[in-house]
This record gives sequence, C-alpha cells and structure tokens, in this order.
Amino acid sequence: MIIGSLLLLGLFKFPLWNIVLGAPQYPDPLGMDIYIQGIQGVEEFDIQNIDGLNHYIGMKTIPKAEDMWEFEVFPLVIGIMVALGVIIGILGFFGKVSYKWFLGWFVVMSILGIMGMYDFNLWLIEYGTDLDPKAIMKLENLDGTPMTYKPPLLGYQKMLNFDVDSWPATGAYMIFAGMLLTVVAFFVGKKEWKSK
Amino acid sequence: MKKSINILFFLVIAAGLVGCNNGNDKRSSSKGQGGLATNAAERVYVAPGEHDEFYAFMSGGFSGQLGVYGLPSGRLLKVLPVFSQNPESGYGYTEETKPMLNTSYGFVPWDDSHHPDISQTTGKLDGRWVFINGNNTPRIARIDLKNFETEEIIEIPNSAGNHSSSFITENTEYVVAGTRFSVPVPQKDMSIKDYKGNFKGALTFISVDPDSGRMGIKFQLMMPGFNYDLSHPGRDKSHGWFFFTTYNTEEAHTLLEVNASQNDKDFIAAVNWKKIEEYVNNGGGKKVPAKYAHNVRDEHTHTATSTMLDEVLTVNPMDVPGAVYFLPTPKSPHGCDVDPTGEYIIGNGKLSADLTVHSFTKMLDAIENEKFDGEAYGIPILNFEDILAGVVKQPGLGPLHTEFDGKGNAYTTFFISSEVVKWKVGTWEVLDRQPVFYSVGHGMIPGGNSREPFGKYFVALNKITKDRYLPTGPELTQSAQLFDITGDKMELLLDFPTIGEPHYAAAIPAEMVAPNSRKIYKLSENKHKHAVIQDSDVRVERDGKEVHIYMNMIRSHFNPDNIEGVKVGDKVYFHITNHEQDFDVPHGFAVIGANTAEMLIVPGKTETLVWEPKQVGVWPFYCTDFCSALHQEMQGYVRVSPADSDIELSWGLGED
Repeated sequence: MIIGSLLLLGLFKFPLWNIVLGAPQYPDPLGMDIYIQGIQGVEEFDIQNIDGLNHYIGMKTIPKAEDMWEFEVFPLVIGIMVALGVIIGILGFFGKVSYKWFLGWFVVMSILGIMGMYDFNLWLIEYGTDLDPKAIMKLENLDGTPMTYKPPLLGYQKMLNFDVDSWPATGAYMIFAGMLLTVVAFFVGKKEWKSK
Repeated sequence: MKKSINILFFLVIAAGLVGCNNGNDKRSSSKGQGGLATNAAERVYVAPGEHDEFYAFMSGGFSGQLGVYGLPSGRLLKVLPVFSQNPESGYGYTEETKPMLNTSYGFVPWDDSHHPDISQTTGKLDGRWVFINGNNTPRIARIDLKNFETEEIIEIPNSAGNHSSSFITENTEYVVAGTRFSVPVPQKDMSIKDYKGNFKGALTFISVDPDSGRMGIKFQLMMPGFNYDLSHPGRDKSHGWFFFTTYNTEEAHTLLEVNASQNDKDFIAAVNWKKIEEYVNNGGGKKVPAKYAHNVRDEHTHTATSTMLDEVLTVNPMDVPGAVYFLPTPKSPHGCDVDPTGEYIIGNGKLSADLTVHSFTKMLDAIENEKFDGEAYGIPILNFEDILAGVVKQPGLGPLHTEFDGKGNAYTTFFISSEVVKWKVGTWEVLDRQPVFYSVGHGMIPGGNSREPFGKYFVALNKITKDRYLPTGPELTQSAQLFDITGDKMELLLDFPTIGEPHYAAAIPAEMVAPNSRKIYKLSENKHKHAVIQDSDVRVERDGKEVHIYMNMIRSHFNPDNIEGVKVGDKVYFHITNHEQDFDVPHGFAVIGANTAEMLIVPGKTETLVWEPKQVGVWPFYCTDFCSALHQEMQGYVRVSPADSDIELSWGLGED
C-alpha cells in the first residue's frame, strides 16, 4: 500500500501523457509531454513548432502552466492522495485501520483518475474545436461541416498530413502500477484478516 | 605470340562462362567475371532515405569552394563557400560575411582552393575541422564541421601561389602553408632577371588552438628561392618533421617548362619543425613587417571580423642548425607523401618513370653520420643512395601523388599514363593498375593522410573528362572515380562529376561527423548586435542617409512587411532574424534591384543585406526559399520617396 501510493510521486518527475505528431516533413516527430504541472515539448522547441503549425488552422497556442487551473490543482490532489495512501498504509500495517480502507483509497483514486481524464478530454475538445475565425486554412469535412482538430484521448488518428498518437506515458504507468499494488494490498490484507 | 593466343583463348572461355552465368544468377557474382557480372551498381547504391558511409570533402578548385559529397554514392550534398562569394547563400555579400574575404589586397571575392585536410588527434581523424588553402591570394581557411561553415581565414604574407598547403601535423598542432612561387621578401621593385639568389620561398607554420581551432602564424621559414610544390607531415615515428617537394631548383624565372626541368634531381626539403618551434619559443627568429588579414567568424554573433596584422616572425634556416636538410629526388617531384608508419617518404617525380622512396630511419642515420653530398644555400644535401629505401620501377608515366590503405599498399596516380597503380610498400612491386578517365591528379583514400586509413575506397580526382558525360559545350566538368580497394585488384565502381577542379580531397566516416551536425542556431544564444528577438524590438531607424530595418521572419511573414519613409539615395540595411527554431526551415530574403545577392538565413540566425534604392516607387521583397504552404504570401513592400521628401519612417505588419 505504501509503495503503491508512493509510486504516484513519479508523476512529479515523469509525464502522464504523451502526444506525438508525425508527418512526411517531420521524420523526427514533434511531441508534447503532459505533466501534472504543465506541458513540455519532447524536444526543446517542439511546443513552439507545434504552435507554429497550429496557427495555420487557427488553434490557440498550447497553454502554459499558469494558464490552466488544472496544473495547480493536480499536483495538490496527487500530493494529498500520496499522503493519505501512506498514512492508511502505515495504520493498516499496525492494524489500526481495516484493510477496507485500502480499497477505499483505490476507489477514490479511480474516481479522481476518471475525472482527470474527463477534464483532459474536455480540454482536448475545446483546443481542437475552438478555432480562430480568421484562420489561414478553414477546411471542411466531406459533409460540409467545419473540420475540427481534437487529438485522440487515447490511440491513433490521422489529422490532415499528421499522424497523431496519444498514449499514456511513464507517469500514467506508475499510477496504474501503484493502484494495482493497492488492490494487491487489499487482498493481502483481507487474507491476513481472515487467517487471524 | 603463343602467349597472346592463349590469352585470347582464355577470354573466349571466360566470356562463355559469363554468358552462361548471366542466365541464372546475374547479380550475385562480384569477382573476376568482367563488367557484366559485377554488382558495382549495388555497391554504390544508397537507397532513398539511406545515408552514405563517408563524407568526402573535395576541393572546388577554381570555384574557390569546397564540395561535400557522400561516398559511395558520389552524391553532392553541399557546396560549402570558402574563398568565393556565393550568391546562393549570400556568403561574401552579407555584412556579416564580407569580412571573411578581406585581405591585405582589399576584398578578394575569389580564390583557387586546392588541398583539404581533416583535423587529427594522435594521427587519427577527429572530424572537428577541415582546412583548405586558397592558392592565388595565399590564404588558409578553417571550416567547422559542426556548423559546416567557414569560421576562419588567415592570409599568408610573403607567399605567392599557396600550393604546398594546407597539411596538418598529427595532433593538428600546425597547419602548414608553403609557397609555390618564390618572391622578393619583402616585396620590392626589382628586375625579374635578378631572381636567382634573391627571391625567397616562405614555408609558413600556422599554429592551431586545440580548443577553439583559432589559427595564428607561429613562424615562417625563409627558404631558398625554389618552387615548393606539395608537402606532407611526418607521422608516428617521423612526427615532428615536415617534408616539402621542390622543383625549379634551377631557379629559372622564365620558360620554366624547359628551364626548370634541367636538373636530374630536385629536392624534398625535410624540416624538423619541433626544433624550430623550440628555437622560436626561446626567443629565436626575426620579426619583420608584413601586412596580412586574419578573419574570424563568431559562432554567437554569426558575424565575421577582419583584423589586419602587421608583422610576422621569420626564421632563417641557417640560424637553426640541424633543422633543414635536402633529400635529392629525381625530376621535379610533385606529391610528397608519407606512409602511415611514418617510415617512407615518397617522392612522385612527375617527369620520372620511377617512384623514389626515401627511408626516414636512413635519413636520420645519414644526418647523424653527416653523409652529405654538398649543400645548397648552406642547407646540407643528403646523399641520395644513403637515404634510399627503394624504387618502384617503371610503374607508369607522370606520378603525381600517393595514398595508403593502411594494409601495406600504396596507390599512386599517374597523370600522363592516366592510371592508378597499386604497389606494395617495402617490396616496391606493382600489384595492379587501372586506367582512369582521364588524367588523374590526386587520389584519395578516406583517412589516407592519417596513421589509420579506412582502406575501403580509392577516389581518383580527374582533370579531364572529354567524352565521359553528355557534352555541355567546350567547357566540361571534372570528375571523380570511385574504386573498391578491398580486393586484390582495384575495381572501378562509379564515375561522377565534381564542381570546379577537385585537386585533392579528404574523407571521413559519416558517423564521426553527422551526429554533431548543427540543426538550428538557438535564438536564446543569438548575440548578434542587430538581432530582433522580441517582436517589440522590431523597428526602423534613420541615421543620416542610412536606414536600418530591424526585422524578423517566421512562417509565413516578415515583421514588418510594409515600410515607408525610405528615400532615393538612402543606404538601407535589412537586419533580419529568422525566428524559426525548427530543423531545415531557412528563409531567404531578396529585394528588387539589390546590387548584391539574396541572403539565406537559417533558423535562429541574423544576417544583414544592404540595398540602395535608386528609383522612386513601391518596391517588393520576398522569401526566396520555399518555406511553407504560404511561402508565396511571405512578402512585403518598401515605399521609396524622392530624396527631398518629408515622409516620416513608418512600418507595420497586419494593419489595415
């Protein structure tokens, strides 16, 4: 349980999500790493170059850390969850709280995770659809509706000349592993409780 | 006669074999079955998107530039401007690069580039810099292999026809520049007929800073008035010595083709530069007035500055006993080449039918035992027989230059008989010969000038092509020919045209250079004094008749793109910063009627072009490099008003 929740600390070091844009002219694809504290380019100038390309289709520039409340709240939430997890773990270890608290932590974390994903998706929708009316290129779908550019939440999508891949990154895998460990802790705790 | 019938019979059989073979397995056989059965095309084919194995830097000859090629494909990757203006990039036209071509004779926009050499550490290529000589107005350039730009040019005073250059010692301690013409030193008004005994030949040792690469003339050795043709450093055991071929030891001043070909033997001058360095470090030598330019490009300001220097340290060889000896070498030797072990010094006597090989060990022994055969201007001449290691007998006609493969073989080019001959170092036996098309000058093996050659390919650098390519009027291209030298016999794989005349070349495994190649200049490191990093710094200023436009550019606009208030008679400076920080997104800048060229600005750089509008009107400028889908929209106007107009300067972008 303790290890599981401590794994969440990895989020402060490793990106949660990674979006990569490749195109014929970009044999070295452009990429952005989404951290809980902000968005960074995979290479030094990737964000600037993505913004440069996006200005053709009228997208807003990629938000800086201070532009989004999420980047202040997320680290706080993760910090609290880590602290809670460690406290529950220690108390559980000494038998002060029930193993059920482990599951409780897991459920709360899952809800927060889903909320986070939902929020992320909302942001992607806004980013991909709220386009400058004076955009240089205003493209339409075959049915005549204006083309939008929401990157996929998870997976691959072809967007104009770009191949866009959006996948969880190291930080996300650390959350998954951490959450899995807490479930393991729950069952171990349950077994020990039964054997008492 | 019988023998030739046998050979004919054999050929018929062999042809039969090839014929049969063709039906089944056309491409697999690589050896010994004639042209049809080789897979030469496969061995030089670099598939689309793949990279070559070697960079080859080939002198651009009378173009003054340096050609960068890939081997084995022979593809031209870049023409790197060095000694000549290059309107394609603006080199030598922009305010930043004009100082690179400054000399004591003023601005010299052209030269004749000859012998590139790649920097070395402990006798091995290190891939940091390429040095090349300008022959006509004596100069040495240093090209940085991170930026692929000419970073420094130093002029060589007291020299004329800077030909026995630019060869480097095995730790790049020195780049050496020898004069081809002897001249009066200092220059003066005198009769040409008084040449003999009065002219001097300067051999210049230019020190290279091991960190920055910065060059400075350490000393000039003032030799007798011969012609110094080519040179080569000793390496490994002979490190510390330098060897120069001479011709015209007759000291003729007219009709040299006859008068300089009379002596049976000319010399290779062996110079113990370590000894002279010590002498100089201890205060030896004489400072004499000499005017020469030293031009340096700063990596952070992208701007060259030219400094005029006014004295040079000269050394009289007589003042340093034991520093210089003459090795008698038959018949006007051209190339002077030292094998990778440093033991053998090959004199390619261009009017001789034989190749003379001197032994470094025997040379030291002869010096120690004073086995001299007279002297010339006080410099001891060693006895030919005492230092001779061997003779390659009758290998061909007109030997010019020898390279080594690091496996004990040497490859000598023959201009007159138009061939390359492979021979064994030590036994001096000829192993193979292959014709070249036509009249080869130098040959080159990657790393062939070092202790550790990469003996996979030999490149013949040919002077004449005649019928080898589609004709292009009376003026034809020169060429290079690529041989595979991994087998017992050399095998011609490829024949490709080159820019200018490829006198000499140097090649290096791509993996030693490519990973360091710069992609962009970082804007955050741009220290150009006229850079416009923030859009708020965009402006136009007037200073008397000078107008300075501080502009930036990014896909797909100039900022500003409308400028008014310029007047006829103004001198307009466009200082433009490329704001891109993406790989391979240069923008060009051209303005109508500019008496210069365009300028091509790579990401993160600032460059300046001067424009002097002569007519009233509204004049356009545009981006010349197809940068983006909106490249055609990347344009602007300058309004030029009459000289007495009182329209104020104004500028803008995106305003209605």
